[in-house]
Amino acid sequence: MDTDFAKRRRRDLILAFCLAAIAAIVPLFVKDSYVQNIMVLTLMWAALSQSWNILSGYCGQISLGHALYFGIGAYTTTLLFTKFGVLPWFGMLGGGLISAVIAMGLGYPCFRLRGHYFAIATIVIAEIGLLLFHNWDWAGAALGIEIPVRGDSWLKFQFARSKLPYFYFALALACVAWFVTWWLEDSKWGYWWRAVKDNPDAAESLGVVVFNSKMGAAAVSAFLVAVGGSFYAQFVSYIDPESIMGFHISLLMALPAVLGGIGTLWGPMLGAVILIPLTELTRSYAGGSGRGVDLIVYGGLIIAISLARPQGLVGLFSPARKEAKQ
Amino acid sequence: MSTPLLETRGVWQRFGGLVANSDVSISVGRGEIVGLIGPNGAGKSTLFNLIAGVLPPTQGSIWFDGEDVTALPAAERCVRGVARTFQVVKSFETMTVIDNVIVGALVRNTVMRVARRKAHEVLDFCGLAGRANVLASDLVPSEKRRLEVARALATEPKLLLLDECLTGLTPLEAQTGVELVRKVRDTGVTILMVEHVMEIVMPLVDRAIVLDLGKVLVEGKPNDVVRDPKVITAYLGDRHAVGA
Repeated sequence: MDTDFAKRRRRDLILAFCLAAIAAIVPLFVKDSYVQNIMVLTLMWAALSQSWNILSGYCGQISLGHALYFGIGAYTTTLLFTKFGVLPWFGMLGGGLISAVIAMGLGYPCFRLRGHYFAIATIVIAEIGLLLFHNWDWAGAALGIEIPVRGDSWLKFQFARSKLPYFYFALALACVAWFVTWWLEDSKWGYWWRAVKDNPDAAESLGVVVFNSKMGAAAVSAFLVAVGGSFYAQFVSYIDPESIMGFHISLLMALPAVLGGIGTLWGPMLGAVILIPLTELTRSYAGGSGRGVDLIVYGGLIIAISLARPQGLVGLFSPARKEAKQ
Repeated sequence: MSTPLLETRGVWQRFGGLVANSDVSISVGRGEIVGLIGPNGAGKSTLFNLIAGVLPPTQGSIWFDGEDVTALPAAERCVRGVARTFQVVKSFETMTVIDNVIVGALVRNTVMRVARRKAHEVLDFCGLAGRANVLASDLVPSEKRRLEVARALATEPKLLLLDECLTGLTPLEAQTGVELVRKVRDTGVTILMVEHVMEIVMPLVDRAIVLDLGKVLVEGKPNDVVRDPKVITAYLGDRHAVGA
Protein backbone atom coordinates (compact mmCIF):
# COMPACT_ATOMS: atom_id res chain seq x y z
CA MET A 1 0.00 0.00 0.00
CA ASP A 2 2.67 2.42 1.08
CA THR A 3 4.93 1.42 -1.74
CA ASP A 4 2.15 2.00 -4.29
CA PHE A 5 1.81 5.51 -3.08
CA ALA A 6 5.55 6.16 -3.07
CA LYS A 7 5.77 4.71 -6.56
CA ARG A 8 3.09 7.04 -7.87
CA ARG A 9 4.82 10.03 -6.32
CA ARG A 10 8.13 9.02 -7.87
CA ARG A 11 6.47 8.39 -11.23
CA ASP A 12 5.02 11.92 -11.18
CA LEU A 13 8.43 13.34 -10.45
CA ILE A 14 10.15 11.37 -13.22
CA LEU A 15 7.42 12.28 -15.69
CA ALA A 16 7.78 15.95 -14.82
CA PHE A 17 11.53 15.75 -15.21
CA CYS A 18 11.23 14.12 -18.64
CA LEU A 19 8.63 16.63 -19.81
CA ALA A 20 10.81 19.53 -18.66
CA ALA A 21 13.83 18.05 -20.42
CA ILE A 22 11.88 17.63 -23.66
CA ALA A 23 10.48 21.16 -23.36
CA ALA A 24 14.00 22.50 -22.86
CA ILE A 25 15.13 21.00 -26.18
CA VAL A 26 12.18 22.13 -28.28
CA PRO A 27 13.19 25.78 -28.87
CA LEU A 28 16.56 24.61 -30.20
CA PHE A 29 14.68 23.20 -33.17
CA VAL A 30 11.74 25.55 -33.35
CA LYS A 31 13.27 28.87 -34.26
CA ASP A 32 10.12 30.69 -35.31
CA SER A 33 9.77 33.59 -32.91
CA TYR A 34 5.98 33.60 -33.09
CA VAL A 35 5.86 29.98 -31.97
CA GLN A 36 8.49 30.64 -29.32
CA ASN A 37 6.37 33.49 -28.04
CA ILE A 38 3.41 31.14 -27.64
CA MET A 39 5.60 28.66 -25.81
CA VAL A 40 6.77 31.30 -23.34
CA LEU A 41 3.20 32.40 -22.68
CA THR A 42 2.03 28.81 -22.29
CA LEU A 43 4.69 28.08 -19.69
CA MET A 44 4.00 31.32 -17.88
CA TRP A 45 0.26 30.72 -17.67
CA ALA A 46 0.92 27.13 -16.64
CA ALA A 47 3.05 28.42 -13.76
CA LEU A 48 0.47 31.04 -12.79
CA SER A 49 -2.39 28.61 -12.94
CA GLN A 50 -0.42 26.09 -10.93
CA SER A 51 0.14 28.77 -8.26
CA TRP A 52 -3.50 29.83 -8.31
CA ASN A 53 -4.40 26.17 -7.90
CA ILE A 54 -2.68 26.02 -4.51
CA LEU A 55 -5.14 28.42 -2.89
CA SER A 56 -8.19 27.86 -5.04
CA GLY A 57 -7.77 24.22 -6.04
CA TYR A 58 -6.18 22.52 -3.07
CA CYS A 59 -7.46 24.77 -0.32
CA GLY A 60 -10.74 25.42 -2.13
CA GLN A 61 -10.77 29.20 -1.64
CA ILE A 62 -11.77 30.33 -5.11
CA SER A 63 -9.94 33.56 -5.85
CA LEU A 64 -10.93 35.64 -8.86
CA GLY A 65 -8.63 38.46 -7.86
CA HIS A 66 -5.18 37.01 -8.34
CA ALA A 67 -4.50 39.71 -10.94
CA LEU A 68 -3.77 41.87 -7.90
CA TYR A 69 -0.70 39.80 -6.98
CA PHE A 70 0.32 39.51 -10.62
CA GLY A 71 0.16 43.31 -10.85
CA ILE A 72 2.00 43.89 -7.58
CA GLY A 73 4.81 41.64 -8.78
CA ALA A 74 5.02 43.44 -12.12
CA TYR A 75 4.86 46.92 -10.61
CA THR A 76 7.31 46.22 -7.80
CA THR A 77 9.96 44.98 -10.20
CA THR A 78 9.39 47.73 -12.73
CA LEU A 79 9.20 50.59 -10.25
CA LEU A 80 12.27 49.44 -8.36
CA PHE A 81 14.18 49.17 -11.64
CA THR A 82 13.05 52.39 -13.31
CA LYS A 83 13.05 54.60 -10.21
CA PHE A 84 15.89 53.19 -8.15
CA GLY A 85 17.88 51.01 -10.51
CA VAL A 86 17.30 47.89 -8.43
CA LEU A 87 17.92 44.72 -10.43
CA PRO A 88 14.76 42.85 -11.48
CA TRP A 89 15.87 39.75 -9.56
CA PHE A 90 15.53 41.61 -6.28
CA GLY A 91 12.29 43.10 -7.57
CA MET A 92 10.93 39.62 -8.16
CA LEU A 93 11.75 38.54 -4.64
CA GLY A 94 10.47 41.81 -3.20
CA GLY A 95 7.27 41.69 -5.25
CA GLY A 96 6.71 38.11 -4.15
CA LEU A 97 7.16 38.94 -0.49
CA ILE A 98 4.97 42.05 -0.67
CA SER A 99 2.25 40.03 -2.38
CA ALA A 100 2.45 37.28 0.21
CA VAL A 101 2.11 39.81 3.02
CA ILE A 102 -0.80 41.57 1.28
CA ALA A 103 -2.48 38.22 0.63
CA MET A 104 -2.35 37.46 4.33
CA GLY A 105 -3.46 40.96 5.26
CA LEU A 106 -6.47 40.61 2.98
CA GLY A 107 -7.03 37.03 4.07
CA TYR A 108 -7.38 38.09 7.68
CA PRO A 109 -10.85 39.58 7.11
CA CYS A 110 -11.77 37.71 3.91
CA PHE A 111 -11.17 34.15 5.10
CA ARG A 112 -14.08 34.55 7.44
CA LEU A 113 -16.22 34.48 4.30
CA ARG A 114 -17.15 31.16 2.79
CA GLY A 115 -17.73 30.02 -0.79
CA HIS A 116 -19.14 32.55 -3.25
CA TYR A 117 -18.83 35.39 -0.78
CA PHE A 118 -15.09 34.90 -0.64
CA ALA A 119 -14.83 34.82 -4.45
CA ILE A 120 -16.84 38.03 -4.74
CA ALA A 121 -14.62 39.74 -2.17
CA THR A 122 -11.50 38.83 -4.16
CA ILE A 123 -12.96 40.34 -7.34
CA VAL A 124 -13.82 43.57 -5.55
CA ILE A 125 -10.41 43.87 -3.90
CA ALA A 126 -8.57 43.29 -7.18
CA GLU A 127 -10.72 45.98 -8.82
CA ILE A 128 -9.81 48.40 -6.04
CA GLY A 129 -6.14 47.62 -6.64
CA LEU A 130 -6.62 48.28 -10.34
CA LEU A 131 -8.24 51.65 -9.63
CA LEU A 132 -5.48 52.64 -7.23
CA PHE A 133 -2.80 51.98 -9.85
CA HIS A 134 -4.93 53.77 -12.44
CA ASN A 135 -4.73 56.93 -10.37
CA TRP A 136 -1.24 56.64 -8.95
CA ASP A 137 0.77 59.20 -10.89
CA TRP A 138 4.16 58.18 -9.53
CA ALA A 139 3.54 54.66 -10.87
CA GLY A 140 2.63 55.94 -14.32
CA ALA A 141 -1.14 56.01 -13.68
CA ALA A 142 -3.24 54.88 -16.64
CA LEU A 143 -0.42 55.42 -19.13
CA GLY A 144 1.76 52.79 -17.53
CA ILE A 145 5.51 52.46 -17.49
CA GLU A 146 7.93 51.48 -20.18
CA ILE A 147 10.98 49.57 -19.04
CA PRO A 148 14.02 51.27 -20.57
CA VAL A 149 16.22 49.02 -22.67
CA ARG A 150 19.69 48.77 -21.17
CA GLY A 151 21.09 46.06 -23.41
CA ASP A 152 20.84 42.28 -23.26
CA SER A 153 21.94 40.83 -19.98
CA TRP A 154 20.94 38.18 -17.47
CA LEU A 155 21.74 40.62 -14.70
CA LYS A 156 19.08 43.06 -15.86
CA PHE A 157 16.96 40.24 -17.24
CA GLN A 158 16.48 41.98 -20.59
CA PHE A 159 16.80 40.35 -23.96
CA ALA A 160 15.78 42.29 -27.02
CA ARG A 161 17.07 39.91 -29.67
CA SER A 162 16.25 36.46 -28.44
CA LYS A 163 13.27 34.92 -26.71
CA LEU A 164 15.27 31.94 -25.52
CA PRO A 165 16.27 33.35 -22.11
CA TYR A 166 12.64 34.22 -21.41
CA PHE A 167 11.66 30.74 -22.48
CA TYR A 168 14.05 29.10 -20.06
CA PHE A 169 13.02 31.34 -17.22
CA ALA A 170 9.33 30.61 -17.87
CA LEU A 171 10.17 26.91 -18.00
CA ALA A 172 12.02 27.16 -14.71
CA LEU A 173 9.10 29.03 -13.16
CA ALA A 174 6.64 26.39 -14.33
CA CYS A 175 8.92 23.69 -12.92
CA VAL A 176 9.20 25.47 -9.59
CA ALA A 177 5.44 25.97 -9.32
CA TRP A 178 4.86 22.33 -10.20
CA PHE A 179 7.51 21.10 -7.81
CA VAL A 180 6.24 23.23 -4.93
CA THR A 181 2.78 21.77 -5.52
CA TRP A 182 4.18 18.24 -5.74
CA TRP A 183 6.11 18.71 -2.54
CA LEU A 184 3.25 20.31 -0.63
CA GLU A 185 0.78 17.71 -1.83
CA ASP A 186 2.28 15.08 0.44
CA SER A 187 2.91 17.37 3.39
CA LYS A 188 0.85 18.31 6.40
CA TRP A 189 -0.18 21.48 4.56
CA GLY A 190 -1.41 19.57 1.53
CA TYR A 191 -3.65 17.36 3.62
CA TRP A 192 -4.84 20.26 5.72
CA TRP A 193 -5.75 22.25 2.60
CA ARG A 194 -7.75 19.49 1.03
CA ALA A 195 -9.51 18.81 4.32
CA VAL A 196 -10.38 22.51 4.62
CA LYS A 197 -11.74 22.49 1.07
CA ASP A 198 -13.92 19.42 1.57
CA ASN A 199 -15.27 20.12 5.02
CA PRO A 200 -13.92 22.85 7.31
CA ASP A 201 -15.97 21.71 10.31
CA ALA A 202 -14.69 18.17 10.15
CA ALA A 203 -11.18 19.46 9.54
CA GLU A 204 -11.33 21.63 12.65
CA SER A 205 -12.45 18.64 14.73
CA LEU A 206 -9.36 16.75 13.58
CA GLY A 207 -6.94 19.37 14.78
CA VAL A 208 -6.66 21.34 11.54
CA VAL A 209 -6.35 25.06 12.17
CA VAL A 210 -8.55 26.14 9.28
CA PHE A 211 -7.70 29.83 9.35
CA ASN A 212 -3.94 29.25 9.37
CA SER A 213 -4.25 26.73 6.54
CA LYS A 214 -5.95 29.30 4.34
CA MET A 215 -3.38 31.96 5.24
CA GLY A 216 -0.53 29.62 4.35
CA ALA A 217 -2.06 28.71 1.01
CA ALA A 218 -2.75 32.36 0.19
CA ALA A 219 0.84 33.38 0.96
CA VAL A 220 2.47 30.65 -1.15
CA SER A 221 0.03 31.21 -3.99
CA ALA A 222 0.42 34.99 -4.03
CA PHE A 223 4.22 34.78 -3.84
CA LEU A 224 4.50 32.57 -6.91
CA VAL A 225 1.95 34.57 -8.89
CA ALA A 226 3.85 37.78 -8.14
CA VAL A 227 7.08 36.25 -9.44
CA GLY A 228 5.14 35.41 -12.59
CA GLY A 229 3.99 39.03 -12.79
CA SER A 230 7.57 40.28 -12.46
CA PHE A 231 8.59 37.99 -15.26
CA TYR A 232 5.76 39.15 -17.49
CA ALA A 233 6.74 42.80 -16.99
CA GLN A 234 10.29 42.00 -18.10
CA PHE A 235 9.01 39.94 -21.00
CA VAL A 236 6.71 42.58 -22.49
CA SER A 237 8.82 45.51 -21.16
CA TYR A 238 5.77 47.73 -20.88
CA ILE A 239 3.10 47.61 -18.21
CA ASP A 240 -0.11 49.50 -17.60
CA PRO A 241 -2.88 48.82 -15.08
CA GLU A 242 -5.43 47.42 -17.51
CA SER A 243 -3.18 44.89 -19.21
CA ILE A 244 -1.55 43.75 -15.94
CA MET A 245 -4.30 43.88 -13.36
CA GLY A 246 -7.49 43.59 -15.41
CA PHE A 247 -10.08 41.00 -14.52
CA HIS A 248 -9.14 38.90 -17.55
CA ILE A 249 -5.77 38.17 -15.89
CA SER A 250 -7.51 36.63 -12.88
CA LEU A 251 -9.73 34.65 -15.20
CA LEU A 252 -6.84 33.42 -17.30
CA MET A 253 -5.18 32.06 -14.17
CA ALA A 254 -8.26 30.11 -13.18
CA LEU A 255 -9.23 28.70 -16.57
CA PRO A 256 -6.33 26.29 -17.25
CA ALA A 257 -6.77 24.74 -13.80
CA VAL A 258 -10.52 24.42 -14.30
CA LEU A 259 -10.05 22.90 -17.73
CA GLY A 260 -7.30 20.50 -16.73
CA GLY A 261 -8.61 19.62 -13.29
CA ILE A 262 -8.93 21.94 -10.33
CA GLY A 263 -7.05 20.85 -7.22
CA THR A 264 -4.93 18.33 -9.10
CA LEU A 265 -1.19 18.22 -9.62
CA TRP A 266 -1.26 18.03 -13.42
CA GLY A 267 -4.48 19.87 -14.14
CA PRO A 268 -3.13 23.41 -14.56
CA MET A 269 -0.24 22.21 -16.77
CA LEU A 270 -2.50 20.19 -19.03
CA GLY A 271 -5.05 22.99 -19.17
CA ALA A 272 -2.47 25.63 -20.08
CA VAL A 273 -0.90 23.48 -22.79
CA ILE A 274 -4.29 23.15 -24.46
CA LEU A 275 -5.79 26.54 -23.74
CA ILE A 276 -3.01 29.06 -24.31
CA PRO A 277 -1.82 27.93 -27.78
CA LEU A 278 -5.44 27.57 -28.85
CA THR A 279 -6.34 31.12 -27.87
CA GLU A 280 -3.13 32.60 -29.27
CA LEU A 281 -3.81 30.86 -32.58
CA THR A 282 -7.46 31.88 -32.76
CA ARG A 283 -6.43 35.40 -31.90
CA SER A 284 -3.96 35.53 -34.77
CA TYR A 285 -6.25 33.79 -37.27
CA ALA A 286 -9.16 36.01 -36.36
CA GLY A 287 -6.73 38.84 -36.99
CA GLY A 288 -7.85 42.36 -36.35
CA SER A 289 -11.50 41.39 -36.38
CA GLY A 290 -11.62 41.78 -32.62
CA ARG A 291 -10.31 40.48 -29.35
CA GLY A 292 -13.49 38.59 -28.63
CA VAL A 293 -12.87 35.37 -30.53
CA ASP A 294 -10.41 33.89 -28.04
CA LEU A 295 -12.90 34.57 -25.28
CA ILE A 296 -15.57 32.72 -27.22
CA VAL A 297 -13.20 29.76 -27.46
CA TYR A 298 -12.65 29.91 -23.68
CA GLY A 299 -16.36 29.99 -23.06
CA GLY A 300 -17.00 27.09 -25.40
CA LEU A 301 -14.30 24.97 -23.78
CA ILE A 302 -15.55 25.66 -20.28
CA ILE A 303 -19.10 24.73 -21.24
CA ALA A 304 -17.87 21.56 -22.92
CA ILE A 305 -15.75 20.56 -19.95
CA SER A 306 -18.41 21.25 -17.36
CA LEU A 307 -20.89 19.15 -19.29
CA ALA A 308 -18.62 16.26 -20.18
CA ARG A 309 -16.05 16.08 -17.40
CA PRO A 310 -16.61 18.47 -14.50
CA GLN A 311 -13.57 17.19 -12.59
CA GLY A 312 -11.29 18.27 -15.46
CA LEU A 313 -9.37 16.46 -18.16
CA VAL A 314 -6.93 14.99 -15.64
CA GLY A 315 -9.84 12.97 -14.26
CA LEU A 316 -9.35 10.70 -17.26
CA PHE A 317 -6.16 9.37 -15.68
CA SER A 318 -7.06 9.47 -11.99
CA PRO A 319 -6.03 6.29 -10.14
CA ALA A 320 -8.65 6.69 -7.41
CA ARG A 321 -11.40 6.75 -10.00
CA LYS A 322 -10.20 3.61 -11.65
CA GLU A 323 -10.04 1.66 -8.41
CA ALA A 324 -13.47 2.79 -7.38
CA LYS A 325 -14.91 1.40 -10.57
CA GLN A 326 -13.44 -2.04 -10.05
CA MET B 1 -7.37 8.56 38.52
CA SER B 2 -9.32 10.62 40.97
CA THR B 3 -10.16 13.49 38.65
CA PRO B 4 -12.64 12.62 35.92
CA LEU B 5 -11.42 12.84 32.32
CA LEU B 6 -14.24 15.14 31.32
CA GLU B 7 -16.35 17.42 33.42
CA THR B 8 -18.89 20.07 32.56
CA ARG B 9 -19.63 22.48 35.38
CA GLY B 10 -22.92 24.32 35.30
CA VAL B 11 -22.95 24.65 31.52
CA TRP B 12 -25.61 26.82 29.90
CA GLN B 13 -26.20 27.39 26.23
CA ARG B 14 -28.75 29.84 24.96
CA PHE B 15 -29.59 30.49 21.32
CA GLY B 16 -31.52 33.74 21.45
CA GLY B 17 -34.54 32.94 23.56
CA LEU B 18 -34.05 29.19 23.35
CA VAL B 19 -32.26 27.48 26.20
CA ALA B 20 -30.60 24.38 24.74
CA ASN B 21 -28.62 23.43 27.84
CA SER B 22 -29.35 24.68 31.32
CA ASP B 23 -27.00 24.07 34.20
CA VAL B 24 -25.64 20.81 32.86
CA SER B 25 -23.00 19.25 35.10
CA ILE B 26 -21.83 15.83 34.04
CA SER B 27 -18.59 13.94 34.40
CA VAL B 28 -17.02 11.07 32.54
CA GLY B 29 -14.40 8.90 34.24
CA ARG B 30 -11.36 7.42 32.55
CA GLY B 31 -12.04 4.21 30.63
CA GLU B 32 -15.82 4.51 30.86
CA ILE B 33 -18.39 4.18 28.11
CA VAL B 34 -21.07 6.70 28.91
CA GLY B 35 -24.30 7.00 26.96
CA LEU B 36 -25.95 10.36 26.56
CA ILE B 37 -29.60 9.82 25.78
CA GLY B 38 -32.80 11.75 25.71
CA PRO B 39 -35.72 12.56 23.45
CA ASN B 40 -35.33 14.76 20.38
CA GLY B 41 -34.51 18.34 21.22
CA ALA B 42 -33.17 17.44 24.66
CA GLY B 43 -29.91 19.29 23.99
CA LYS B 44 -27.64 16.30 23.42
CA SER B 45 -26.06 17.57 20.23
CA THR B 46 -25.59 21.03 21.69
CA LEU B 47 -23.79 19.57 24.70
CA PHE B 48 -21.67 17.54 22.34
CA ASN B 49 -20.71 20.61 20.37
CA LEU B 50 -19.82 22.43 23.57
CA ILE B 51 -17.56 19.58 24.67
CA ALA B 52 -15.93 19.34 21.24
CA GLY B 53 -15.37 23.08 21.19
CA VAL B 54 -17.49 23.98 18.17
CA LEU B 55 -18.93 26.86 20.17
CA PRO B 56 -18.25 28.26 23.64
CA PRO B 57 -20.94 27.85 26.30
CA THR B 58 -22.94 30.91 27.28
CA GLN B 59 -22.07 30.17 30.88
CA GLY B 60 -20.20 27.52 32.84
CA SER B 61 -16.96 25.71 32.20
CA ILE B 62 -15.67 22.54 30.61
CA TRP B 63 -12.77 20.64 32.12
CA PHE B 64 -10.76 18.04 30.31
CA ASP B 65 -7.98 16.02 31.87
CA GLY B 66 -7.79 18.34 34.86
CA GLU B 67 -7.60 21.48 32.75
CA ASP B 68 -10.11 24.21 31.95
CA VAL B 69 -10.62 24.00 28.17
CA THR B 70 -13.69 26.26 27.96
CA ALA B 71 -11.90 28.88 25.87
CA LEU B 72 -10.06 26.48 23.56
CA PRO B 73 -11.21 26.08 19.94
CA ALA B 74 -12.06 22.66 18.49
CA ALA B 75 -8.68 22.11 16.85
CA GLU B 76 -6.86 22.81 20.10
CA ARG B 77 -9.11 20.39 22.00
CA CYS B 78 -8.33 17.73 19.44
CA VAL B 79 -4.64 18.23 20.20
CA ARG B 80 -5.42 17.76 23.92
CA GLY B 81 -7.16 14.48 23.16
CA VAL B 82 -10.82 15.08 22.33
CA ALA B 83 -12.04 13.50 19.07
CA ARG B 84 -15.52 13.30 17.67
CA THR B 85 -17.68 11.93 14.92
CA PHE B 86 -20.56 13.79 13.35
CA GLN B 87 -24.20 12.82 13.36
CA VAL B 88 -24.43 13.77 9.72
CA VAL B 89 -21.23 12.26 8.30
CA LYS B 90 -18.69 14.80 7.14
CA SER B 91 -16.19 12.84 5.10
CA PHE B 92 -13.64 14.63 2.95
CA GLU B 93 -15.44 13.53 -0.19
CA THR B 94 -12.82 14.29 -2.82
CA MET B 95 -10.10 12.51 -0.85
CA THR B 96 -9.44 8.81 -0.64
CA VAL B 97 -10.30 6.90 2.51
CA ILE B 98 -6.67 6.65 3.55
CA ASP B 99 -6.12 10.38 2.97
CA ASN B 100 -9.15 11.13 5.15
CA VAL B 101 -7.55 9.22 7.99
CA ILE B 102 -4.11 10.74 7.41
CA VAL B 103 -5.58 14.17 8.17
CA GLY B 104 -6.40 12.87 11.63
CA ALA B 105 -3.09 11.08 12.05
CA LEU B 106 -1.18 14.32 11.37
CA VAL B 107 -2.19 15.64 14.77
CA ARG B 108 0.34 13.36 16.46
CA ASN B 109 2.76 12.59 13.63
CA THR B 110 4.60 15.22 11.66
CA VAL B 111 6.52 12.78 9.48
CA MET B 112 4.31 11.86 6.53
CA ARG B 113 5.49 8.30 6.30
CA VAL B 114 4.69 7.67 9.96
CA ALA B 115 1.29 9.34 9.67
CA ARG B 116 0.49 7.18 6.65
CA ARG B 117 1.48 4.00 8.46
CA LYS B 118 -0.58 5.02 11.47
CA ALA B 119 -3.57 5.68 9.19
CA HIS B 120 -3.27 2.23 7.67
CA GLU B 121 -3.21 0.66 11.14
CA VAL B 122 -6.35 2.52 12.12
CA LEU B 123 -8.14 1.52 8.92
CA ASP B 124 -7.22 -2.07 9.63
CA PHE B 125 -8.55 -1.74 13.17
CA CYS B 126 -11.84 -0.35 11.86
CA GLY B 127 -12.21 -2.97 9.15
CA LEU B 128 -11.77 -0.55 6.27
CA ALA B 129 -8.35 -1.73 5.09
CA GLY B 130 -9.75 -2.99 1.82
CA ARG B 131 -11.23 0.40 0.95
CA ALA B 132 -8.12 2.50 1.62
CA ASN B 133 -7.70 3.83 -1.91
CA VAL B 134 -11.35 4.40 -2.71
CA LEU B 135 -12.72 7.94 -2.76
CA ALA B 136 -14.70 8.71 0.39
CA SER B 137 -17.65 9.70 -1.79
CA ASP B 138 -17.84 6.13 -3.12
CA LEU B 139 -18.34 4.53 0.31
CA VAL B 140 -21.71 3.15 1.39
CA PRO B 141 -23.31 4.82 4.44
CA SER B 142 -22.17 2.24 7.00
CA GLU B 143 -18.61 2.50 5.73
CA LYS B 144 -18.79 6.27 5.99
CA ARG B 145 -19.78 5.93 9.62
CA ARG B 146 -16.79 3.72 10.23
CA LEU B 147 -14.57 6.18 8.40
CA GLU B 148 -15.74 8.88 10.83
CA VAL B 149 -14.63 6.68 13.70
CA ALA B 150 -11.34 5.80 12.00
CA ARG B 151 -10.51 9.44 11.33
CA ALA B 152 -11.24 10.34 14.94
CA LEU B 153 -9.19 7.41 16.26
CA ALA B 154 -6.23 8.41 14.12
CA THR B 155 -5.89 11.52 16.29
CA GLU B 156 -5.13 9.13 19.19
CA PRO B 157 -7.75 10.63 21.48
CA LYS B 158 -8.24 10.12 25.20
CA LEU B 159 -11.92 10.84 24.81
CA LEU B 160 -13.99 9.82 21.80
CA LEU B 161 -17.33 11.52 21.26
CA LEU B 162 -19.65 9.42 19.11
CA ASP B 163 -22.65 11.30 17.80
CA GLU B 164 -25.29 8.75 16.78
CA CYS B 165 -22.75 6.62 14.95
CA LEU B 166 -25.02 3.54 15.18
CA THR B 167 -28.22 5.21 14.06
CA GLY B 168 -29.69 4.38 10.69
CA LEU B 169 -27.76 1.15 10.24
CA THR B 170 -29.14 -2.31 9.60
CA PRO B 171 -29.14 -4.56 12.71
CA LEU B 172 -26.12 -6.43 11.41
CA GLU B 173 -24.18 -3.25 10.67
CA ALA B 174 -25.13 -1.87 14.07
CA GLN B 175 -23.84 -5.05 15.73
CA THR B 176 -20.48 -4.65 13.94
CA GLY B 177 -20.49 -1.05 15.12
CA VAL B 178 -21.08 -2.11 18.72
CA GLU B 179 -18.17 -4.51 18.51
CA LEU B 180 -15.98 -1.73 17.14
CA VAL B 181 -16.94 0.58 20.02
CA ARG B 182 -16.07 -2.16 22.55
CA LYS B 183 -12.78 -2.75 20.79
CA VAL B 184 -11.99 0.96 20.96
CA ARG B 185 -12.74 1.04 24.69
CA ASP B 186 -10.46 -1.96 25.21
CA THR B 187 -7.57 0.09 23.85
CA GLY B 188 -8.09 2.48 26.76
CA VAL B 189 -10.11 5.22 25.06
CA THR B 190 -12.94 6.77 27.06
CA ILE B 191 -16.19 7.04 25.14
CA LEU B 192 -19.12 9.38 25.40
CA MET B 193 -21.86 8.48 22.96
CA VAL B 194 -25.14 10.01 21.95
CA GLU B 195 -27.55 7.39 20.75
CA HIS B 196 -31.23 6.99 20.04
CA VAL B 197 -31.56 3.25 19.73
CA MET B 198 -31.97 2.13 23.34
CA GLU B 199 -31.60 -1.60 22.80
CA ILE B 200 -28.16 -0.99 21.29
CA VAL B 201 -26.87 1.56 23.79
CA MET B 202 -28.03 0.07 27.02
CA PRO B 203 -26.05 -3.18 26.92
CA LEU B 204 -23.01 -1.27 25.69
CA VAL B 205 -22.62 1.56 28.18
CA ASP B 206 -21.39 1.52 31.77
CA ARG B 207 -23.48 4.51 32.69
CA ALA B 208 -26.26 6.50 31.09
CA ILE B 209 -27.06 10.17 31.39
CA VAL B 210 -30.52 11.24 30.35
CA LEU B 211 -31.07 14.77 29.17
CA ASP B 212 -34.50 16.30 28.86
CA LEU B 213 -35.40 19.86 27.98
CA GLY B 214 -31.76 20.88 28.29
CA LYS B 215 -31.33 19.52 31.83
CA VAL B 216 -29.84 16.35 33.29
CA LEU B 217 -32.88 14.28 34.17
CA VAL B 218 -31.40 11.07 35.51
CA GLU B 219 -27.98 9.54 35.68
CA GLY B 220 -27.05 5.99 36.57
CA LYS B 221 -26.66 2.36 35.58
CA PRO B 222 -28.44 1.57 32.31
CA ASN B 223 -30.86 -0.86 33.92
CA ASP B 224 -31.92 1.61 36.57
CA VAL B 225 -32.22 4.43 34.09
CA VAL B 226 -34.63 2.68 31.76
CA ARG B 227 -36.93 1.83 34.67
CA ASP B 228 -36.90 5.35 36.06
CA PRO B 229 -40.42 6.81 35.88
CA LYS B 230 -39.02 10.25 35.00
CA VAL B 231 -37.26 8.83 31.97
CA ILE B 232 -40.34 6.97 30.80
CA THR B 233 -42.38 10.12 31.19
CA ALA B 234 -39.85 12.12 29.19
CA TYR B 235 -39.90 9.64 26.34
CA LEU B 236 -43.50 8.49 26.30
CA GLY B 237 -45.52 11.08 28.20
CA ASP B 238 -47.37 11.01 31.54
CA ARG B 239 -49.86 8.23 30.84
CA HIS B 240 -47.16 5.56 30.60
CA ALA B 241 -45.35 6.60 33.75
CA VAL B 242 -48.14 5.38 36.03
CA GLY B 243 -47.55 1.69 35.40
CA ALA B 244 -43.79 1.90 35.98
